[in-house]
Amino acid sequence: MLNSVTWKIGGEAGFGIMASGTMLARTFSRAGYYVLATNEYPSRIRGGHNLVTVRIATDNFDAMNRDLHILVALNRETVDIHKQELNENALVIFDPKDGDQSAADFPKPVKLIAVPLTDLVTKFTGEPVMRNTVAIGASLALLGGPFANFETVIADQFKKKGVDVIKRNVDIARAGYDYVKQTYGSENSMNLSPATKKEDQLIVNASEAIGIGAARAGLKFAAIYPMTPINALITFLADHAKRLNIVYKQPEDEISGINMAIGASLAGVRSMVATSGGGFALMVEGLSWAGMIEVPLVIDLGMRVGPSTGMPTWSEQGELQFVIHAGHGEFPRIVLAPADAADAYALTVDAFNLADRYQVPVFVLTDKYINESQWCVPKAHMSGDVVIDRGKILADGKPRYDLSVPDGISPRSFIGQKGGYYCANSYEHDEVGHVTEKPEIRVAMSAKRLKKFEAMKKDVRTPAVFGDTEAEITFVTWGSTRGPVLEAMKLLEAVGKKTKLVHFSWIYPFPTEETMKLLSPATHLVDVEQNATGQLAALIREHTGILMKDKLLKNDGRIWFPEEIVEKVSALWK
Amino acid sequence: MEIKPTWCPGCGNFGIWLSLKNALTQLNIGTDDGVVVYGVGCHGNMDDWMKMYGVAALHGRTLPVAQGLKLANRALPVIVVSGDGDCLGEGGNHFIHAAKRNPDITVLIHDNQVYGLTTGQASPTAEAGFKTKSTPEGVFDEPVNPLTLAITAGATFVARGFAGDAPGLTALIKAAVEHKGFAVIDILQPCVTFDKVHTYQWYRERIYTIETPDNKMKALEKAMEWGNKIPVGIFYKEDKPTSEDHEAVITAENPPIQELLSEFI
Repeated sequence: MLNSVTWKIGGEAGFGIMASGTMLARTFSRAGYYVLATNEYPSRIRGGHNLVTVRIATDNFDAMNRDLHILVALNRETVDIHKQELNENALVIFDPKDGDQSAADFPKPVKLIAVPLTDLVTKFTGEPVMRNTVAIGASLALLGGPFANFETVIADQFKKKGVDVIKRNVDIARAGYDYVKQTYGSENSMNLSPATKKEDQLIVNASEAIGIGAARAGLKFAAIYPMTPINALITFLADHAKRLNIVYKQPEDEISGINMAIGASLAGVRSMVATSGGGFALMVEGLSWAGMIEVPLVIDLGMRVGPSTGMPTWSEQGELQFVIHAGHGEFPRIVLAPADAADAYALTVDAFNLADRYQVPVFVLTDKYINESQWCVPKAHMSGDVVIDRGKILADGKPRYDLSVPDGISPRSFIGQKGGYYCANSYEHDEVGHVTEKPEIRVAMSAKRLKKFEAMKKDVRTPAVFGDTEAEITFVTWGSTRGPVLEAMKLLEAVGKKTKLVHFSWIYPFPTEETMKLLSPATHLVDVEQNATGQLAALIREHTGILMKDKLLKNDGRIWFPEEIVEKVSALWK
Repeated sequence: MEIKPTWCPGCGNFGIWLSLKNALTQLNIGTDDGVVVYGVGCHGNMDDWMKMYGVAALHGRTLPVAQGLKLANRALPVIVVSGDGDCLGEGGNHFIHAAKRNPDITVLIHDNQVYGLTTGQASPTAEAGFKTKSTPEGVFDEPVNPLTLAITAGATFVARGFAGDAPGLTALIKAAVEHKGFAVIDILQPCVTFDKVHTYQWYRERIYTIETPDNKMKALEKAMEWGNKIPVGIFYKEDKPTSEDHEAVITAENPPIQELLSEFI
């Protein structure tokens, strides 16, 4: 029995590949297993190779590894592309109708599991697209999995389509399950060790986690132009807008989006935008305006491979320096970078409070990997109490941009609020918001805005430290690269190598003193990032003077495997 | 502190400013009761001389900001003061999309065919042949027609006024603000400094007031009339649900969290 199994399904776009991953993940999550599902697909609607990988384990884990125990091939191409990745004695589920397979053609010994996917679908009068359901049934038989849980997942998935559709899907899934039980009954090499259900777990991607976090933080307005990889947030908001009393508007472009969101925020409601790098490039002018008029705004930026249109459906951490420096002129901002969906939820709630508290734009800097992977998160993590801090709201009739406030944060009025008249002016302005070009007011007003950097210090968070305090090597990373590094550290620990990790999720204003304390005494620093230039390393150098010579950098759009990190760092070991 | 307008003496903006203040007074919209969103251009300097909630937006971005304000607080009267360059050049795409959504917003386009603040370049509404600093050989392009553009894009109140006729313009602005939907007034505005052709006199010799046509095709036909005779008045009016009517009413209620999360188990 295995404690961790990695399962992969591949086929043409339009085969229901993405849904399969979510359904399998849910099935095992409901039985108490820990799961993570990642996807890979090209930027087109039909055709092209789609792929979902699901790792299922009895113990909690932080990233996908290089294992591949079961491959489900919904077409021949899937076998050709992925046969190199298979573990020794892996199982390959395929449909003989797609062409015969021979174990001799694989680089390592494998066991072929021929399942007549098409014939079984036809037998139960299903559509060809339902072959994935047969394949999941077959997979469950091989995993020793909980078929009853899969039935509940199907029932929930097709609730709106009615009992007949549910029954047909369950029958088709069972046909796959029974076929494997009857034909390969003794095959138990990939059976998972039993898990015990502890608590309810959610299966969410980071876009959905951000949506839930935003809703809980009291989001009332979002204007989001479609763009990979944040489209799941649009779906979440559009589907739930009426029930949550939220206005979601699809703007004509990202320029409109950020200006709409600023308008709503000026009227006093919590508002946000979401986009990727290219869309954010269009928003930069609006960002600068938000900085000038001191309006709270939350920006979810899901990074993908750039520059330009780049590789739209692949992941990168290429926009760290962009978000810190975006915008003409000098003004404060906050940048947060969650490591996974659970983190994305929590940091989104924080982002709204920070935006209101400091009256600044706050970034939630995510990426394709966390936005489109399905993570399992304890339900309790997202259902606990949420503290809402709307910051300083005008009550005493002082001018909107009162220069006498020591921390630079002057109470704001919501447009339309009685007694709060002012102008939210894109020009440099005086305390009421009237245009000014007087040098002394300009300098005072700029200083007022920049003073917030000082005020923010009480909220700046120390980077998180994981691992062995006696480490010989200290990894340094940020955002979603945390998971692969944590898994790499486990592998290194298993061979007696002591490492630790300093992880940044609070990026900016940069935690200078905290970083000095953590990194100055550390021995061998190794920067790990999903980009080509080491943007965090540059930021650390800028603020602390600390130079990280060893950098593990990767910008092929594919997430780090822990094993890759181990190989590369082993070469650096003295 | 005394703040005096910085417009050139005789600028058409004075007539628009006066008419807007008259209309707001007649509608009983005071300092805290509504908001004016200004673009960037000569028109935008009006924000300093209006004691009313103001948003001096970025160049071209008035309409998205105005829609955000309105969707967040639909009880708030929202008026946009924009220019021909602001609204139809930099903000042209926003104009089309705002019109098709029909938010309950009034837009005043200060239409003087030039970019005055940057000292006299051609604007999107500049007539073909018009010589400016950026078009020494005259404008080659066709001018944008704000009226036909607004009507075809879906605006539900479309009018043209004249900055030199404060009583007429006051009445138009009042009717536009009272209209529930996207109301556009294209305002013919002489630029006394950079346009020696389209003077007050030039307009006075040509403008005449129309009866509102009873359908869209006739409205378009009227809206395309330009030359020796220039029609002013309300060209098109239609009652239709607004952008806000389709959306949730924002309340302070907490989201039903258990129900929401159960979808993701």
